[in-house]
Amino acid sequence: MNLDVSLKEAILAVVTRNPAKVGGGGCPIFLAQDQEEMEKTALLLARILGGIVHDLENDVFIIVRH
Amino acid sequence: MDNYLIVIVCGIVAGFLARWITLRSDYRHYPTYPHGQLVHLAVGFIAASLGAVAVPAIMKPDFVAVTFLVLAAQQFRDIRNMERETLTRLEETKLIRRGTDYIEGIARVFEARNYLVIITALITSLVVYRWGWPFAFIAGPICIFLSTLLMSGQRLGDIAEVVPGKVHFQGSLLMVEDVIIMNVALPQTKEKILKEGMGVLIKPKNDDARLTLDAPGQRQAIIHDVVSILGSKVDIAEPDLMPLARKQVDKGYLGLFIVANEPDLDYLMEIIRKIPVLESARGTALKSYFGRKAAD
Repeated sequence: MNLDVSLKEAILAVVTRNPAKVGGGGCPIFLAQDQEEMEKTALLLARILGGIVHDLENDVFIIVRH
Repeated sequence: MDNYLIVIVCGIVAGFLARWITLRSDYRHYPTYPHGQLVHLAVGFIAASLGAVAVPAIMKPDFVAVTFLVLAAQQFRDIRNMERETLTRLEETKLIRRGTDYIEGIARVFEARNYLVIITALITSLVVYRWGWPFAFIAGPICIFLSTLLMSGQRLGDIAEVVPGKVHFQGSLLMVEDVIIMNVALPQTKEKILKEGMGVLIKPKNDDARLTLDAPGQRQAIIHDVVSILGSKVDIAEPDLMPLARKQVDKGYLGLFIVANEPDLDYLMEIIRKIPVLESARGTALKSYFGRKAAD
């Protein structure tokens, strides 16, 4: 029996410096000024949430727990 | 009566030795020393006693006793359940899991070994009863040798070639040669992977081997065994450097990626070659008529 209830295969957060690319959807979106801030925010979020940062290659990072 | 005593003792000793020899604690971390091993030695002793008393019971003749022996042999089915339950519970707290296929394989092996012990004890005591106790020194070792021989299964090196693969990035995609492993975004992670990551290609030698490597259970077993020897840089809530094995869908071979604590590519390949082929994952396409036809 698995007592550890957690989200799996879900986007936990979105980090972007281009707000036009994302919207809605019930997932927290974090805006960043530039690439550097985006990477830093994504890294911190990934460490806190226990997820992995994935690059959508359009200035959007998502943090996913597998 | 003395005669029976010698028969039984010889059978028990041979059976118990068989269990002792087949009981190995190595990199699989199971069963652990000393309590886990004691459990199995004790059960092995009971199995050996069962096998050893069977012959005197028949010769006496005491058929009721034989019936009870058959009933007692049923108990050994519980070994598999016990192993499965223990290992499955332990999975929850593992960073790199064994996978259910591997657990099932281990559990089955533990059950089967007890039957081997019974057979060894039975044959040895039969030989001793028929020809006298000195023959135990011949029958026992032969039985033990045969059981270790019969129970050593195939290894990955028998069915697949293991060659080094280059770890590189295509945009944000991590690749081992032409196998896509995963998407990595952060530059720090990419840098670490390029510096410390190791890549290996596992190329199946035929269609059966391809099916075996397809099975996620077999891949998980590969990863578990590799990590249990070389270590990995995965931590709780930091799964970025998770070792993964992915398939080249067109060509059917696997790409394995790992960031190990001991970055030694030669040993990595040697470890992979020594990994057991899981019974439950084993492909048997070439055993069927259409499988053979489709293969050429």
